[in-house]
Amino acid sequence: MTDNPLGAPPPSAAPAAAPPQTLAQKLLARASGRPHVAAGEIVNCRVDLAMFHDSSGPRRLKPMLEELGARIWDPSRVVLVMDHYVPARDEDSRRIVRIARDWAAEQRLPHVYDSIGICHVVLPQQGHLRPGLFCVGGDSHSPTGGAFGAYMFGIGSTEMLGVVVTGEIWVRVPQTIRMWWDGRLAPGLTAKDMMLAMTGRFGMNGADYQAVEFCGSAVQALSMPERMTMSNMSAELGAQTGLIAPDDTTRAWLRGVGVADETIETEGWHTDEGAPATTHRFDAATLAPQVALPHSPANARDVGDAAGTPVQVAYVGACTGAKLEDLRAAAQVLRGHRVAEGVQLMVAPASLRDQQDAEREGVMAVLRAAGAELLPTACGACSGYGGTIPEGANVIATTARNFKGRMGAATAQVYLASPYTVAASALRGRISDPREVLA
Amino acid sequence: MTPSTHRVWRLGADIDTDQLAPGAYMKLDIDGIAPHCLEGVRADFAAGVRPGDVIAAGPNFGIGSSREQAAGVLVRLGLRAVIAPSFSGLYFRNAFNLGLLLLTCPQAEVLTEGEHITLDLQALTVTTAAGRTLPCEPIPRFLLDMVRAGGLMNQLRQRLGKA
Repeated sequence: MTDNPLGAPPPSAAPAAAPPQTLAQKLLARASGRPHVAAGEIVNCRVDLAMFHDSSGPRRLKPMLEELGARIWDPSRVVLVMDHYVPARDEDSRRIVRIARDWAAEQRLPHVYDSIGICHVVLPQQGHLRPGLFCVGGDSHSPTGGAFGAYMFGIGSTEMLGVVVTGEIWVRVPQTIRMWWDGRLAPGLTAKDMMLAMTGRFGMNGADYQAVEFCGSAVQALSMPERMTMSNMSAELGAQTGLIAPDDTTRAWLRGVGVADETIETEGWHTDEGAPATTHRFDAATLAPQVALPHSPANARDVGDAAGTPVQVAYVGACTGAKLEDLRAAAQVLRGHRVAEGVQLMVAPASLRDQQDAEREGVMAVLRAAGAELLPTACGACSGYGGTIPEGANVIATTARNFKGRMGAATAQVYLASPYTVAASALRGRISDPREVLA
Repeated sequence: MTPSTHRVWRLGADIDTDQLAPGAYMKLDIDGIAPHCLEGVRADFAAGVRPGDVIAAGPNFGIGSSREQAAGVLVRLGLRAVIAPSFSGLYFRNAFNLGLLLLTCPQAEVLTEGEHITLDLQALTVTTAAGRTLPCEPIPRFLLDMVRAGGLMNQLRQRLGKA
């Protein structure tokens, strides 16, 4: 006890006396092995899980690890997902994917998911996420894991190398910004509309790398895939992490993908009364469908402001917007119809599981009958890695980002919206309010 | 560290990672991506930038992807620093990990294209050609050390005895 001369209680006794903590603080306290942490302090955290994909992972990590003569600290805590350059369409892509496959075999990685979907969706669907975990991902949409009450954020490949070698990473404990949504979403509205509205209000870096926590009755009413969409797009707010306190919905979903009930802890993983946080309040009931105009997610406005804009391409894809519920939403609009003359509708389900579930429910049949072209369950056209967005086209997409040229065509005008709005716009050949079509 | 003088490339707000390292070239290594850095914003940048130059940009520099090549290209092109009122937090981490200095300077908007500025890393200030001194936000010591070491990889080399 020499370093504790004032007789303070040992760390294990501290929580009773600890000040009220936000969910982010509690997660970081656990990861850093402290009774509590304060916003602004820099802490070293032990990583429970490190996820990376074929683009950010092996092709970058392998040469650096070999140069250092270092080994992966704990292969059982590593998840590799091949989703960016699959299916390989050229020699460079084949080379990158081959490096990933060879390295996975050589390192005997136990958790490798090859061409079955996008990492942020595959990771929870394969049962790797649980409340309370501290995780990093080699991709900017890694905050998706926050939907499960895990502290998860994106890092670059060199920083991932540091994690893979040491099992640790530093974090500056963020302040918490609570996005409090009262009421309930109206039919035809989704988490995507909520996120676009927040990005429009606060801007692309509005969260200033702090922790965002989504809460309130409208958030609690959301299914897990919808919560994932929220946490996913906290990247667009510039948050480090986008958390949702776990509850019975979380538990039921995790059990459904095979996570053992006794390993799911939902008690305690919430923001305490009186914890230091900024709160912004929103009313879900009065929210209109949102569309982000080119070339920024921050250009979000009510769909009415963009209505009538002709579209030639409609894209239902990406970790943000092609999970089972997104596919269902598009099908709800398109059931019994065909897309307008001259509109190309592309559907790239977020994962094989989502696609198979949608197939079983008849959702895929509806989309095909509407004229949809089915693309592989991969990142594809969202980030210009694959797919065919024509130059000069107006595109409406369920993706998260519409930066100039991001989808691969420098002159394309990309609009972001929910799957309902994308489908309604495909149906009419111009940007449309899905509530008119669903009515 | 003695103050040093650098030529400014002036850019606007919201320079995103897809402009710094366009997705279409992400299959290539850093030498292959570098000639395309900012080609959609400043077509003359990649060919015209000289080692030691700095970028002065508007708010939200580096928003978007986690692809660290968006910082790596600037290191490859010999850029000394990026000076902006705010950065993407993810880009901020990547830049220091790769040895690229980012200076958060609330008054960065006063810096103009082509002017020669002075950086003082001890005081963390930028001094304009006209002699005006602009303060920058403090940077944790371990991150400055990381930049001085040339990035995290060099630090790991030293730590693991591979230097």
